[in-house]
Formats: sequence, C-alpha cells, structure tokens
Amino acid sequence: MIVARTGNEAMAEAMRQINPDVVAAYPITPATEIVQLFSKFVHDGIVDTEFVPVESEHSACSACCGASAAGARVMTSTSSQGLALMHEILFIAAGLRLPIVICLVNRSLSSPINIHCDHSDTLASRDAGWLQIYTENVQEAYDTTIQLIKIAEQALLPGIVSTDAFIISHGMERVELIDDKDVPKFLGERKVQYSLLDVDNPITIGCLDLQDYFFEHKRSEIDAMDHVLPIIEKVQKEFGDKFGRYYSTVDEYKMDDAEIAIMAMGSTGGTAKVAVERMREKGKKVGLVRCRVYRPFPEKAMLKALTKVKVLGIMDRSDTLSALGGHLYNDARSILYESDTRPLIKNYIYGLGGRDISIEEIEKIYEELFDIQKSGKVDKNIVYFGVRGE
Amino acid sequence: MAKLKELAAQEEKFTGGHRGCAGCGASIIARQVLMAAENPVVVGASTGCLEVFSTIYPYTAWNVPYIHNAFENVAATMAGVETAYKALKKKGKIKKDLRFIAFGGDGGTYDIGIQALSGMIERRHRVLYVCYNNEAYMNTGIQRSSATPRGAHTTTSPAGKVIPGKMQLRKNFTEIIIAHEPAYAAQATFGFWNDLVTKVRKALDADGPSFINVYAPCRLGWAYAPEKTVKVSKMSVETCIWPLYEYQDRKYRITVKPKEKKPITEFLKMQGRFGHLFKWKDDVPIKEYQAEVDAIWERLLKRSETE
Ligand SMILES: Cc1ncc(C[n+]2csc(CCOP(=O)(O)OP(=O)(O)O)c2C)c(N)n1
Ligand code: SF4
Ligand SMILES: [Mg+2]
Repeated sequence: MIVARTGNEAMAEAMRQINPDVVAAYPITPATEIVQLFSKFVHDGIVDTEFVPVESEHSACSACCGASAAGARVMTSTSSQGLALMHEILFIAAGLRLPIVICLVNRSLSSPINIHCDHSDTLASRDAGWLQIYTENVQEAYDTTIQLIKIAEQALLPGIVSTDAFIISHGMERVELIDDKDVPKFLGERKVQYSLLDVDNPITIGCLDLQDYFFEHKRSEIDAMDHVLPIIEKVQKEFGDKFGRYYSTVDEYKMDDAEIAIMAMGSTGGTAKVAVERMREKGKKVGLVRCRVYRPFPEKAMLKALTKVKVLGIMDRSDTLSALGGHLYNDARSILYESDTRPLIKNYIYGLGGRDISIEEIEKIYEELFDIQKSGKVDKNIVYFGVRGE
Repeated sequence: MAKLKELAAQEEKFTGGHRGCAGCGASIIARQVLMAAENPVVVGASTGCLEVFSTIYPYTAWNVPYIHNAFENVAATMAGVETAYKALKKKGKIKKDLRFIAFGGDGGTYDIGIQALSGMIERRHRVLYVCYNNEAYMNTGIQRSSATPRGAHTTTSPAGKVIPGKMQLRKNFTEIIIAHEPAYAAQATFGFWNDLVTKVRKALDADGPSFINVYAPCRLGWAYAPEKTVKVSKMSVETCIWPLYEYQDRKYRITVKPKEKKPITEFLKMQGRFGHLFKWKDDVPIKEYQAEVDAIWERLLKRSETE
C-alpha cells in the first residue's frame, strides 16, 4: 500500500504492525508523536501491546529490560535528553543481551537546549553496546524498524534505529507499507532461551561479576558485536527478497568511478545524492558513501566503497569535543590507516542544532575537494561548516 | 496466622551460604518474605548489600527467578517484568499464577529510587515492593540516607567534635507511599516474624501495588554484636521507633502494640552508632528523636482509632 507518512508516523505504523508485547515510553520532542500514535493504537484496541506510560526515560529503559528479560518483544522511543537519561541502563540492556529496539529521533543534546537535528545524542551513546542504524528517509526508517527487531533478536543485542529530527520525523513522504499480516510473518515470534518467568527453571540475572569472570563475560558481548554484521546483511537480504527493497550497511551512490566522495549519515545522504547528480551533470565524477549501519562499524564494506577515492570529505553532524573532530571522521580515519589507497581526508562538521544544509553547500564542499585533489594537500583537516565567525 | 512448622518445612527459596555478615537483618528478611509467598514468585533487587552478598557469580542464593538491573530502578524493572507477564499471559504463553517482589534498600528506595517506585505504584503494577531498611547505604560503607535517624553516626554524618552525627530527622517514607493509595502498605520487622509473614501474604493477595517497609537491623552499620539482631529488631517496636502497622482500604491498623512504650534510649544504647549521643554535651539530639517518635506514634494511634 502506498501512503503519505511522516517519519514519526511511519515508525509508529511499523510498531503497530510489529505489535510488540510491551512498549514502555516517555514523550520528548521530536519523538513524542511516535509515543502518542502508539498509545492511540493501544487504546483503540488495534494492537494488543501492554503499554507502560513510565515516569521517565530511565524507567522506560529499565522497564524494557525487565520485560525483555521476561521474554517479551519490547520496544520504546525517545530522543536527545531522553536517551541521555537512559544512558546508564543502555549498557545494562546490552550487557544482559536484551534485544530491545528504540525508535529514535536524532536531536542535539543540551546545552544549549535545542530541539532540532544533529547526531550528538546517539553518538554520545555510541559505546553502549547497541546497534545503531541511521536512516535517510521515511521509507528507510519504516523498513529498518521492522528489520531491526529481527536483527536484534537473532544477535541478542539491543538496537537503535533513528531519523533526523523534523527533517524526517516531521517530513511527509511517499511510503510503501507492507501488508499488516506480512510483518509478523517476516519476524516470527521471539524465541527465548532463558526467561525470568520460567519459575520451574529459575535463573539469576545481573550477578555481581568480579575479576575472575567479568572479562570473559564482557568479551562475549564484544564478540556478539564483532559477529553481528553478517546477521544484519542476511536480514537486509531477506527483507529485500520479500518486499523488494534492498538495503546495505553502507549505501554507495555513484561510487563506481568516483575519485571525489563525501561520507555522511542520515538525511544528508538524500541531500548529497542530489548534489552528486548536479555535479555529474557538470561532468564531475563524484560520489557519496552513506554510513547506514554505524554500530558496529561496517569496516569492510566501507573500505571497499572507498578503494578508488582520492579525496574524501567526511560530514559529521556531531563533534567529539576532543579537538579531534567528528565521530565518523575518527572512525573512517581509523579504518583507513592501513589502507594502501588511503585518500586525503577533510572533516566538515555541519548542521549542529538543526542548521540547514543545502544542496548548493554540498556542491561547494565537492568543489573544495577537487581543489584539494589539485593541490595534493589538505590545509585544515577539521572545519566547522556554515558557522559564523569561522 | 502462619504456622512455623509449615514455613520451616518448605524448600528454601533464599538459601544460606551467601556472603552477608553474620546476623544480617536483610538476609533474614529475604528468607522470611519468600517463605511467606504461596504462589511462585519472580524477584528483583536493587544494587546494595542484599544484591551483592547473594549473587556473586557463579553463585546465587536465589532459588527463584531473580533480576538485578541497577541501583535506582528495581521498581521500574519489576514493573516491566510484571507487564511482560500480563502481555504473555493474555496471549496464552504463560499459564501459571505468578507474583512479583522487588527488594530495595533504604537508599535505593527513599532516595535514588523514589521516582521509579512512585511511578510503579501510580501505574498500579501488581508488584510487592519490600524496602529492607537498614537506615544507611551499607554496601558502600555506611553513608547517611534520608532513612538515617537523627543523631546516628554514619561515614557521611560522622559523630564529630562539633556535629554529633546526622542533624536531620528520618523521612517518613511509609506515609509517602500511603499517599499514593497503594492496594496495601505496611511496616514490619523480622523480630515479629508472624506479623511480617502475614503482611507479605496480604500484600501478595492485594490486587494492585503493595509496599512493606521492613526494618532491617545491620550489625555492621549499627555496630552491635551479630547475635543481637533479633533483639534489636524487637526493641525497635517496643520503643515505637518502628511502629508495626498496615494500611488497606483507606484504613490504618496497628498490628503490634507494645505493652509498655519504652524510651528510645533503650534502643539507642544497644548500638554503637548512637554511642556518642550519650557522651554529648546536651541531650538535644536524643530529645529531638524522641519527640519525632512520640508524635508519629500519637498520630498513628489516632488514625488507627478514628479511620
Ligand atoms: C547510580 C548509582 N549511584 C551510586 C551507586 C553506588 N551504590 C551502590 S549500593 C549503594 C548504597 C545502597 O544503599 P541501600 O539501598 O540502603 O542498600 P544497603 O547497601 O544499605 O543494603 C550505593 C550508593 C550505584 N551503584 N549507582
Ligand atoms: S553490612 Fe549490614 S546489611 Fe550489609 S551484609 Fe552486613 S549486616 Fe547485612
Ligand atoms: Mg541501606
């Protein structure tokens, strides 16, 4: 079915079709709508989910942990400060290997307080042990929400699927919805190996784990993250085979013959694709690599996409506040360290707090990357693009 | 009335061999509460002494399903467990009739966990929340909490040269919970084991959230010999420092009335944490504590008569 939906509406639709056992959530702009729409589904009897309107995101994440440990399929939704408030429990959910899924809207973190898009919220939780997938448009947000349930449950890892605040969360787009009955069929039921509710086989979850065992347990969690990419690829393929829309961990756009490329995440991918078209109309062979799956970092696919690239502009909608630039920049530089075909790299930190990025601006970045190719050197590695006084 | 013989014949749901101090009140509470439960239970615990000493990997003292999440969120975690149970039961995936119990220390309850507990009760999750109240953060080395009484020495309210222990009175937490109108609320202590067991059964039978604040003498933090634990527990009731009462259907009921209300000094002098008060230049701290105890007891007597 083809419909017009905003990102939030599409994520709520996906949740309706998934019909999770438990949703515990708390409102926050710009993700509030997801929670509101879902509450309406519950109160209208459209889903049979038990909805827990918790008193904070800390409790949302905690209740999700309890429910997931009890064997339920569990989802929540949040953004920015909400995710920050969950921070402590994010690590526990991952360490306990609870496959909770968060429908998240990327919004900048305070301070200053702001409600618009950047990626500082999820990137501040980068090391929590959650899968992170950044989507480009409404369709992808909807599709990925469904995929992520399956990925998380197979890998026993929690995951975040995100959209860009307002740009996607409130942007209305054409979306192809899957038939209601096909979503549960695609997902199947959650298979649970150990459940807290199995009173005949009691288990203890969340032990105190000291020097003699902690490291092995942490290592096994790391191992799960090390081995999850094939699961993601498999589910993406299954999804494509069933519903006709194929996704990859790294979205390559016109990369076959591109020596000049931009790397970005989220909705900027869509804007950059138009910029690529315009550049190519002018005869300039440029391309885009969009990092879709950000955690775990798809090292192999990324290196493969970049083999021919001579100059790479990395666009980060976040800063690590470490005098080392943005998050993607650091990850990309790290994987390229041992590459024989390492490109020249420049980091563009842009769009913080929702500052718009235009097609023309991205074209300007491409032009600059050509200048770098000509001169053979990068004068300044990290620039703050589109900020006054720079 | 529970029968001791029957209780003792049960399979242990909370076993010995854990690493609690000899004479630890919290461990007695865990054991008695689980003994009282007639349905199968699922248990949660907040970070604190009980959690630490009962679950050092690869060991566990819990013969029932158990989850520990973090310090401040046992109420939210168990709300999630109970909700999953409702969802899965509705779908026919669970057949048994289960009960849910959250254990939190006073720190995890009165202080850092108050919000999650308030939410759990307001949303009417059918969970019994048991606060094992040892009146300080014992696990981290006896720091003050809002449950620590006036005058008590803790490592963050030390008996100093100019300030004699904690300057503030305790928070009346049970009343905060009662203001939420739970299905059942009570105060108890293991020195009156039958009272505790009866209250746990009432709480688990009540169709809604319930709360029992169980006084939990701690031989280490309160500084007394381990074999005195039950005596200290009983003295807390005899001095009305820890009145045993319950609240249900908007009615208060005192469940154990001391024959003769003893002065609180009888209780204080049993414990090292109050030792400095008897050498202090004045009797202000003890008087203030006694006045608080008297006022609360008087009010309780009135409420349980008239309401
Ligand atoms: C968020 C957080 N803050 C602080 C701590 C450290 N901490 C662990 S247990 C504890 C005190 C527990 O006190 P209480 O709840 O009274 O339980 P008790 O140890 O006295 O049984 C503290 C402060 C923690 N684990 N998590
Ligand atoms: S310090 Fe107190 S509460 Fe902790 S184990 Fe020892 S007696 Fe029990
Ligand atoms: Mg305590």
